[in-house]
Amino acid sequence: MQRIQHLLHGYPWLSPLFLLVLTFIFFSILNPRFASPNAQSLLLQQVAVIAALAIGQTLVILTAGIDLSVGAITILSMMVMATLAADNGVPGGLAILIGVMLGVGAGFLNGILVTRVGLPPFIVTLGTLSIFTAIALLYSGGSSIQNNRMPAIMNVTGESFSVGPFRLTVGVVMVLVMYAVVGFALSQTAWGRHVYAVGDDAESARLSGIGSKRVLLSVYTVAGLLYGLAAWIQIGRAGSATANGIPDANLDSITAVVIGGTSLFGGRGGVMGSLLGAIIVGSFTLGLSLAGVDQQWRLFAIGVLVIVAVSVDQWIRKVKG
Amino acid sequence: MSTMEKLPLSIDHIPESKRSVYDADPILSARDILITFGRVVGLNGVDLDLYRGEVLAVIGDNGAGKSTLIKCLTGAYVPDSGTIQLEGKPVHFRRPQDAREAGIETVYQQLAVIPALDIASNLYLAREERRPGPLGSVLRMLDKKGMKERAGKSVQDLGIQTIQNMGQAVETLSGGQRQAVAVARAAAFGSNVVVLDEPTAALGVKESGMVLDMVKQLRDNGKAVILISHNMPHVWEAADRIHIQRLGGCAGVITPQSHDMGEGVAIMTGATTLES
Repeated sequence: MQRIQHLLHGYPWLSPLFLLVLTFIFFSILNPRFASPNAQSLLLQQVAVIAALAIGQTLVILTAGIDLSVGAITILSMMVMATLAADNGVPGGLAILIGVMLGVGAGFLNGILVTRVGLPPFIVTLGTLSIFTAIALLYSGGSSIQNNRMPAIMNVTGESFSVGPFRLTVGVVMVLVMYAVVGFALSQTAWGRHVYAVGDDAESARLSGIGSKRVLLSVYTVAGLLYGLAAWIQIGRAGSATANGIPDANLDSITAVVIGGTSLFGGRGGVMGSLLGAIIVGSFTLGLSLAGVDQQWRLFAIGVLVIVAVSVDQWIRKVKG
Repeated sequence: MSTMEKLPLSIDHIPESKRSVYDADPILSARDILITFGRVVGLNGVDLDLYRGEVLAVIGDNGAGKSTLIKCLTGAYVPDSGTIQLEGKPVHFRRPQDAREAGIETVYQQLAVIPALDIASNLYLAREERRPGPLGSVLRMLDKKGMKERAGKSVQDLGIQTIQNMGQAVETLSGGQRQAVAVARAAAFGSNVVVLDEPTAALGVKESGMVLDMVKQLRDNGKAVILISHNMPHVWEAADRIHIQRLGGCAGVITPQSHDMGEGVAIMTGATTLES
């Protein structure tokens, strides 16, 4: 038992990997079609946006914060880039750039409120959740914009191609690249170490000479950038920009991170677990619908998973030498 | 030499084997340090000399000003007046970072280690080293292997045998081992002075012994060490000289040879005074 505890402590992505294998076997037995390349390709496409948002959410949670404005920033970013391109004649590439930069700015604002005003991340992002949602709705007038009104570059994230028996989209590849880049930064650079240090013990990090506030500000800003890119991926995936396009973004991204083995208390975990977590969440959606089971069971199962995941985390944190 | 005059203690009280340490000029020398907090006088003009290769203990009752004194020397407080010289040159620390850059490292009571990170990462926290070539300069990749090796050497230099794996998370270590990590970090980067704030306060007998051995090893490696402690047996075991703070001033500097523990405590509490 102690050896398992140590193993999970050293490799936090092991438990989500184990869970993913179990989930896969379970839904493949319920309906063998779940295991088909088609279904698995669809699964990846379905989870791409949540997986992208989960990267930013992971960064914030690693610093012992929480980001409730994930969905709101994504929607704001998406509605602005779509409206600019469709109604204001802004070229597609520039519209995307402006939309993504808006995400960066929104994340930066969260970071400023957390570090300079000194408010708890929960409160800050609860506030900006409402603010950004309101701006997005006011700006877009609540209407949705179909992809035929947008330039091709905005839909490129939805374009698919074959890799062996699988069909991937540009959006899926983008998400994987985002994971690789952020994963590298977290595990191989000083910035990554500092993110963990600030999340684990902010005061000790400060005494060690880390500019905790700068690290926090960078985390919220990078998260904003990732949400902006996720907005582009969402347009390609959905074929439209709609203000209520990703209603479960907050809960799903936090669930993916928590199931993925990142501790809500900060300082522990990583993005690879969140990718697995996002796929697990997606597997429940797809697997239950393939099995013909009422979708309400998805919510039920995810609720159970979150509680189990946090309990396991509590246990792992009590590890002794 | 002007710096020696202020010592209320003659060189006769230093064991012969240690006298050479005091032939050199002090590495850190503070004169007339005065600091007030509103109407409260924190330090009323304190002098302190610290030499390379010695352990100078600072003792004093709560509120006697020992933490305040140390904070003035390590940049956490800026004194209202007085001078601090490091290797003979005047220094003005505005923040802890300044003192750190000058080679004065502090091991805080709360240790300032990150439990979730491994030993090597903690040793190099905020001073990470990158790989050579474009991997380091462009991709900003850390030199994990090199830092681990050098961390292992730093720990060995302190004579710590119980820590072997530098990839071990600090939270899996005992209290004394954590202290060892914090001290090893200070020793690795504190080229001039290492300040230890109550390093044995939270430890048991065996672990305290290990930490005191480490403190002595630090001194034998040629560092100048300031040891702040409430624990008189620990002070009398590890210190070469003892600076006694009382009511915001220095009540005297003694050695474990010149005065016993009871006398030291008597000076500290004001029951007796040192004749000048």
